[in-house]
Amino acid sequence: MFSIYYKEAKYEFLRLLRFPGFSLPTILFPVMFYVLFGLVLPTGPSAGVTAAKYLLGTYGTFGVMGVSLFGFGVSVSNDRGYGWLELKQASPMPLMAYFVAKLAMAALFSLAVTGIMLGLGLTLGHVEMSAIEVARLVSILVLGSIPFGAMGLLVGHTAKPTSASAIVNCLYLPMSFLSGLWVPIQFLPQALQNFAVIFPPYHMGRLALGVFGAADDHWITHAIALAGFTMLFLGAAWLFSGPHARPNWLASTTNASQGKVATN
Amino acid sequence: MVGGRNDGHQPVAGRSHTAQREVASLVSVNKSYGTQPALRDFSFSVNAGEITALLGPNGAGKTTAVKLLLGLLAPDAGRVEVFGRDPRSPQNRVRTGAMMQVGRMPETLRVREHIDLFSTCYPKPLGLNETLAASGLRGYENRFLGQLSGGERQRVMFALAICGDPDLVVLDEPTVGLDVEARRGLWEQIRALANRGKSVLLTTHYLDEADALAHRIVVMNRGSVIAEGTPTEIKASAAGKRIRCNTVLNLPTVQALPGVTSARQTAEFIEIQTADSDRVLRELLQLDPGLRNIEISSAALEDAFLALTHQHQQQ
Repeated sequence: MFSIYYKEAKYEFLRLLRFPGFSLPTILFPVMFYVLFGLVLPTGPSAGVTAAKYLLGTYGTFGVMGVSLFGFGVSVSNDRGYGWLELKQASPMPLMAYFVAKLAMAALFSLAVTGIMLGLGLTLGHVEMSAIEVARLVSILVLGSIPFGAMGLLVGHTAKPTSASAIVNCLYLPMSFLSGLWVPIQFLPQALQNFAVIFPPYHMGRLALGVFGAADDHWITHAIALAGFTMLFLGAAWLFSGPHARPNWLASTTNASQGKVATN
Repeated sequence: MVGGRNDGHQPVAGRSHTAQREVASLVSVNKSYGTQPALRDFSFSVNAGEITALLGPNGAGKTTAVKLLLGLLAPDAGRVEVFGRDPRSPQNRVRTGAMMQVGRMPETLRVREHIDLFSTCYPKPLGLNETLAASGLRGYENRFLGQLSGGERQRVMFALAICGDPDLVVLDEPTVGLDVEARRGLWEQIRALANRGKSVLLTTHYLDEADALAHRIVVMNRGSVIAEGTPTEIKASAAGKRIRCNTVLNLPTVQALPGVTSARQTAEFIEIQTADSDRVLRELLQLDPGLRNIEISSAALEDAFLALTHQHQQQ
């Protein structure tokens, strides 16, 4: 049983790693932005920390969001739209393995993107962080693959394969800006700052910044907000999968209409 | 329903002992998509150790029947059983392999990686080398899916269906889009499955494919079964006419008449399949001048085959 989950995750990771359309933009771009704005052209300190340190939190969030949104959204939409997922459902593979593999893949890519940024920041950027701070930042960012993965899942369930990538980009880029991931939130107009609370990446960014004291609000509210968004996205994804749509993620436990199979 | 007894391992090779044992069946199934009916009072079965072909034009409901059998769809009414159980049960999944019409599969994985992943789900997989050999993929194991032609991808899909060494192999339009040579290659591999005692269901809209492969053909059109029989029976009934009548003659006499392909007694009629209805009718009238309620029709098959040939002309 374990080996199914392991292999599904391994091949999901390999599949995306080898696909330049995924691995380049989702890993390289956040790292490039970080190098450019955090290390090469650093502006003055924000919220009491250097740009190199501050942007670790926000571009880290940006990176994790990209990996999870694209990893779930585009690939689920493709697998559904072209019938691949249906073939998997006809096989003995538990559907949960498909799910878990995607999450594991997103977590691994998140680890990679934050690892690279941290490595650059700690060496070239002269960022000073304690080992505990580093561990907390990495854990928070990697856990971020859960809410963003749920968001990607919702896209995967609603978008056609031909448009999924465009939809993800339309969410990813504006949302990142409006959540203060590119430009520190305090430099945005007050109206936009107030508006930011409706975006999950804002909360993720605040949690990450809080690790080294660059956000003074309480972490618990952001954690609750992210948990709420996750439930909302998963619930909506489940609703959109509908009784007739494929795949029925939770078909075996919740879809009453399927109970007819062996009756009469 | 006797398939439920088949809890042991695989069916015995050789048709004579197993011909009547059903491993999978749809009984009086209705299935609609919204208001569009896909299957109407549809019944058919797959027998152990046999190749059963579901033959029909596009839109006949073949894929719907396959998805019901695989438990991917639920019937609106009627019953679906595989190995005597709900098709979705995990015990069935590990005994079933499926090849479906997939528009695109992950292209950045190698052939052997795809096979490895699917094999992991089955308790006693064939193993990589045997799977490659049985699907004509030797030498392709390190190729990425993205590098393969359409025909080669079909072979990978076939490999995924058989890699777990399942007892029931379901192939939805396995040769669609293949050139003649590739089709024949796949036919050989499908035959080899049956020779190893596997039960095979394949759907096709090629009469010659069903004829070349199947022990039994189920012809369907617009969601209903219109004929069922061996390839010889199907071809005969498609070519000829059906005579229905009331006669004092007994069944063996009628069956022995020259020109009669087959005959059966129903509650009301005797029903005769023939390639030469004029001649049979003359013979009948000679032996039984009181012949009544004569009804001659071309089989419903003709409609289906017209639709099939029409499609072929368009392709």
